[in-house]
Amino acid sequence: MQSAISLSLSSASPITVRSDGGATSSAPDLFFSNTSAPRQLRFCGLSFSGCKSSSNAVLLRSKTKISASLTGNGAPSKGFDYDLVIIGAGVGGHGAALHAVEKGLKTAIIEGDVVGGTCVNRGCVPSKALLAVSGRMRELQSEHHMKSFGLQVAAAGYDRQAVADHAENLATKIRNSLINSLKSLGVDILTGVGTVVGPQKVNYRKAGGSETLVTAKDIIIATGSVPFVPKGVEVDGKTVITSDHALKLETVPEWIVIVGSGYIGLEFSDVYTALGSEVTFVEALDQLMPGFDPEIGKLAQRILINPRKIDYHTGVFATKITPAKDGKPVTIELIDAKTKEPKDTLEVDAALIATGRAPFTQGLGLENVNVETQRGFIPVDERMRVIDSKGELVPHLYCIGDANGKMMLAHAASAQGISVVEQVSGKDHVLNHLSIPAACFTHPEISMVGLTEPQAREKAEKEGFEISIAKTSFKANTKALAENEGEGLAKLIYRPDNGEILGVHIFGMHAADLIHEASNAIALGTRIQDIKYAVHAHPTLSEVIDELFKSAKARGKASLVPQLRFSLLLQWLKTMLLGRLLNQWQSKRS
Amino acid sequence: MSSSLLQPRAPPSLSSSSSISGTKPQWRFTSLPAVTFTRRARNSTVNAKIREIFMPALSSTMTEGKIVSWIKSEGDVLSKGESVVVVESDKADMDVETFYDGILAAIVVPEGESAPVGAPIGLLAETEAEIEEARAKAASSGGSSPPTTAADAPVAAPPPSAPVAAPPTPAAAPVVADGPRKIVLTPYAKKLAKQHKVDISKVVGTGPFGRITPADVEAAAGITPVKSKPPPVTAPAVTAAAAPAKSAPTFAEIPGATVVPFTTMQAAVSKNMIESLSVPTFRVGYPVMTDALDALYAKVKSKGVTMTALLAKAAAMALAQHPVVNASCKDGKSFTYNSSINIAVAVAINGGLITPVLQDADKLDLYLLSEKWKELVEKARSKQLQPHEYNSGTFTLSNLGMFGVDRFDAILPPGQGAIMAVGASKPTPVADKDGYFSVKNQMLVNVTADHRIVYGADLAAFLKTFAKIVQEPDSLTM
Repeated sequence: MQSAISLSLSSASPITVRSDGGATSSAPDLFFSNTSAPRQLRFCGLSFSGCKSSSNAVLLRSKTKISASLTGNGAPSKGFDYDLVIIGAGVGGHGAALHAVEKGLKTAIIEGDVVGGTCVNRGCVPSKALLAVSGRMRELQSEHHMKSFGLQVAAAGYDRQAVADHAENLATKIRNSLINSLKSLGVDILTGVGTVVGPQKVNYRKAGGSETLVTAKDIIIATGSVPFVPKGVEVDGKTVITSDHALKLETVPEWIVIVGSGYIGLEFSDVYTALGSEVTFVEALDQLMPGFDPEIGKLAQRILINPRKIDYHTGVFATKITPAKDGKPVTIELIDAKTKEPKDTLEVDAALIATGRAPFTQGLGLENVNVETQRGFIPVDERMRVIDSKGELVPHLYCIGDANGKMMLAHAASAQGISVVEQVSGKDHVLNHLSIPAACFTHPEISMVGLTEPQAREKAEKEGFEISIAKTSFKANTKALAENEGEGLAKLIYRPDNGEILGVHIFGMHAADLIHEASNAIALGTRIQDIKYAVHAHPTLSEVIDELFKSAKARGKASLVPQLRFSLLLQWLKTMLLGRLLNQWQSKRS
Repeated sequence: MSSSLLQPRAPPSLSSSSSISGTKPQWRFTSLPAVTFTRRARNSTVNAKIREIFMPALSSTMTEGKIVSWIKSEGDVLSKGESVVVVESDKADMDVETFYDGILAAIVVPEGESAPVGAPIGLLAETEAEIEEARAKAASSGGSSPPTTAADAPVAAPPPSAPVAAPPTPAAAPVVADGPRKIVLTPYAKKLAKQHKVDISKVVGTGPFGRITPADVEAAAGITPVKSKPPPVTAPAVTAAAAPAKSAPTFAEIPGATVVPFTTMQAAVSKNMIESLSVPTFRVGYPVMTDALDALYAKVKSKGVTMTALLAKAAAMALAQHPVVNASCKDGKSFTYNSSINIAVAVAINGGLITPVLQDADKLDLYLLSEKWKELVEKARSKQLQPHEYNSGTFTLSNLGMFGVDRFDAILPPGQGAIMAVGASKPTPVADKDGYFSVKNQMLVNVTADHRIVYGADLAAFLKTFAKIVQEPDSLTM
């Protein structure tokens, strides 16, 4: 994980779009003065028109990087303890810290709990360990699936504690490598609870009570989130639990209610049913999986819900959840989401509250800089700059990740952090959130980037353009069929007039890995007419995406290839002409 | 019809690309009103509207489709445009929508099974009153009734009540504890109950807090729980020994044999033939002099009349006088008298067998019938017959006379009352009632009938009428 991040940083982190002049090193200045001010502004973009020069930029920047790593964690600006102080060492803070060091900033990171934050300790990481187990269990339990391979397998069983240990071990391993990466780069890890006490001033209080004030040129708040528990729900950590408890897998209940059918709920339903539980979803909206593209949601329901030991109540709120005690089961009182009338009472063995996450922003001292949270979230502009109660920007204060609520994903937090570091080191940068992919690691997986079909349709109507849809099935993919995993769909939403990719949604084997071709295309502004010529190894699952791009009917002209050809032709003509002139001149002379 | 409507819209490639502004890439099936006999079943006063849901043709190359899942279940109310079933074609899974409002009365082809294009896969009733009738029809159409028919008996009466526990106690009384114990089912138990049509109000829950577990439902449905999968066989030798116990008898393998899987059509034939074994049939033969018919044929041949049309017309006219032979036995409990006489005629086509149907053969005149027949044969050859053109027969005619066969036995196709096997017409020495010999053209016809509804005397009387019509064929041209 850590290595992946640093790799992505060193090679081609999003290139800045417009020069702000006073950059840290002189080399980029030189380059930018060549191209000067009115460069085409494309978010987070390496546009093709600027292709040649951007590659130069990468080259120059890597030089800067070398100098940065030579000096280590750089010397602070005058009058400050640090150039950058980050509150919260989750994935967002970590990503920001790494990039800050690369930029030569003297950086400190304040962590009051454990390094790694939610993702590493109580989220994506341990849940992937459990899902790896559930995927294998699912395969081994599916006699039909095994038989179709000609395999004979004894009845599959599992050791709960060993499964739980796997998740725990993974989290520890990733956490340690995160800590080590920060230490090796010379980032100061300040242990304690961070509080903003004024402009450019942060206080951190150790467990013993000793407080230390540090000053920093810029401050990033990256305190993340905690599981959201609605009113009326009594969490006892044993029979009524949140994802924090569930990931420890202390029990595998026979029947568990999962409140909320988003990513978290869906992934846990995959884990629990594979381990033998029966699951009942309680969803406040009228449909399961409300965040997904409707078509993908429908297919996912057909494959991930209907054939499994899962049922559901939609359009209901769980108003009161009481843990099991005194020989009574867990009771869940449901009311109709619209009429508010009591609907049903469920009696089950356990309940998992997966109703989303609430920002962790209390006690941050935001009042000291006149900032009011909105439902707990810290208001920010598109550059992650914190906005105070008067609607004005708070200088030198940024907020990234779950705490600002823009996109509650670990990698989004990291990308936002990098974007902020770009800004504080003198280059304007705006992150295109539409290029950030998301994935749900069920079996098979779901992934998406950009807009859903209804969103795209709404946008198209508002802005007056046409959209088209292309779809491909995993059923036609050799590799998927070889794996007996033909269930799946990839869906592309695009503009036929110019070939812009608006959204890609994938449901199928390894969907989470397949999405990046699409998200990269969106980030780089690659059009369908260009990407469709990219070659994919055969036979691979990536051909599903290849097929998807090829089946799209974009009317725009392919830009890269013809342009290249044209410029080559021009050059050739020029040389020819020059040669001829030279010849003529020579012959005249002689 | 479904297939013809849908075919042109089928995507030509593996991936479909469509503009939003255009049509949605979803498939609809048209369902025709069910074949006439269902409408007048027993009580002809009720104007029952039971529609069959056909397997749609989702692509031009699709011959059969697999039901991936039923989105709706039996008893669900459908409204026009709703997705009802997911069908897997050779290319992709597609949602199929209904064109009609109604109630999904019966699922004929369950999830995971395949059906040829045009075959009924479910029945749509217009009102609740028709659900039972539709179910009876579904059951009689045989084939794919759910595997738990045996367990149906004790729970026959109530349709599977909504498995969700009874409406909760009134809003005023949030304390439910002491009321009549409500039924609690686990999610999987709920699914099993629905699948096996188990009435959960009669199941005693043995799970924690008295809840009904999947095992309870399985016990109620009479299924031995399949959990604890047998440990894998230790050696292949054991497999061989164990296998015959459950599978069909194995045949000695002759080395070098080539195995060619059935085509869809051949599979359909095979399935029908196996189904026919459940019908008690008997056969009655009858010699028919054809001199007069041959003379008539010679006369009208130039006008395009075929022997098939002549025989079909003669059979239809005879059937009109003996409706019981044109009837069918759908449920083993009743006669279903068909309102029209539709003569299905067996035709061998390349690698298969199909029975194009001459509808209302008794009413159409000979020339129209001949024309219709030519059209059907052409369609059959090019595999363009619509389902109603090959599955609406009420009586079948099979003629092998042209190959010189003098007599043969036909197997009664399921859903019909009788089939007539026609041999060749041959000059035969015949002794008349006075003992004088003469040589007459004589053909042997042999009728196989369902003895549940057609008795020996019925068949004899029918054959006598048929022979009379053939021997005095003037009425055929009228």
